[in-house]
Amino acid sequence: MKFFIVSFLTVIVFGHVAAAQEAKPMAEDPELEKRVLALSHELRCLVCQNETLADSRADLAVDLRSEIREQMRAGKSEKEIIAFMTERYGQFVLYRPPVQPTTYLLWFGPFALLLGGLAFLYRTLSRRRELIVNRSLSAEERSRVAELLKSAPEKESA
Amino acid sequence: MTRYLIPLAIFVVLVVFLAIGLGHDPREVPSPLINKPAPAFQLTQLHDPSKTFSAQEMRGKIWLLNVWASWCVSCRDEHPVLLELARSGQLPIYGLNHKDKRDDGLAWLSDFGDPYVLSVADTDGRVSIDYGVYGVPETYLIDRGGVIRFKQIGPVTPKVLQEQILPLAKELSK
Repeated sequence: MKFFIVSFLTVIVFGHVAAAQEAKPMAEDPELEKRVLALSHELRCLVCQNETLADSRADLAVDLRSEIREQMRAGKSEKEIIAFMTERYGQFVLYRPPVQPTTYLLWFGPFALLLGGLAFLYRTLSRRRELIVNRSLSAEERSRVAELLKSAPEKESA
Repeated sequence: MTRYLIPLAIFVVLVVFLAIGLGHDPREVPSPLINKPAPAFQLTQLHDPSKTFSAQEMRGKIWLLNVWASWCVSCRDEHPVLLELARSGQLPIYGLNHKDKRDDGLAWLSDFGDPYVLSVADTDGRVSIDYGVYGVPETYLIDRGGVIRFKQIGPVTPKVLQEQILPLAKELSK
């Protein structure tokens, strides 16, 4: 029994130490880690392209996160690090596409389509309204209607 | 008549756009480094760690920088093409051994053949980040002024070599 307690305590104590060591970079500077995480949410992992650097477990993402961490530790600003990344990997690395002439279509295209659709709808509807003309029947037509109704066979009761 | 033609026209345009979109390889991200100076580096040589090699030493030469690793499967596909190119002596190939163990890299070269004038060891992948490497293998054609002129993402195929890299190298050597 004593043996069990000792080994149990050993596991608890040392297991704890091991876990603490693994989590070290996080505990070292939570403020920095928060900034690293925030920035890596803004950057795309090029290996698995629909993931951000923060979400990806690809090797490259891990490397780039540590690159970000190191650069932040060296006092670089978010802007400078983003410039560093785009210099190497292009605009594609930005998870949120920037608004610039090459992305105008992307940003404003849907709104242009919506406006175009609304204009088309308005035109079609107003044109259709023009087609509807309220016109009363002439006396001749009226008598013809009456005649047709009279000659129509009686509806059989269901 | 036009009321039927307009939807048809829209449909055709849509199909063309989708066809173009499907033809693109989403993995190929155009490198912003094309026509920019190749990032400088100085790394130890794979075969002889006491020696270094830097990109600046290649000034005045047209050369290929091929990023490879022993753990990279596509590198094996491309390897015969590089060996053939090395044999023909048309372009010198330098290897950037990306995030590899030195012994693994050396064993790989002795197993499959060594097309490289020399390889350098980028053990931590820092130089690869400077070059915007995101999928090994990648290959850069660098001109006499040290400017990157072409980048192949993924294996160099005989087609890419014959139709793009070699003609461009010839053009640059004029």
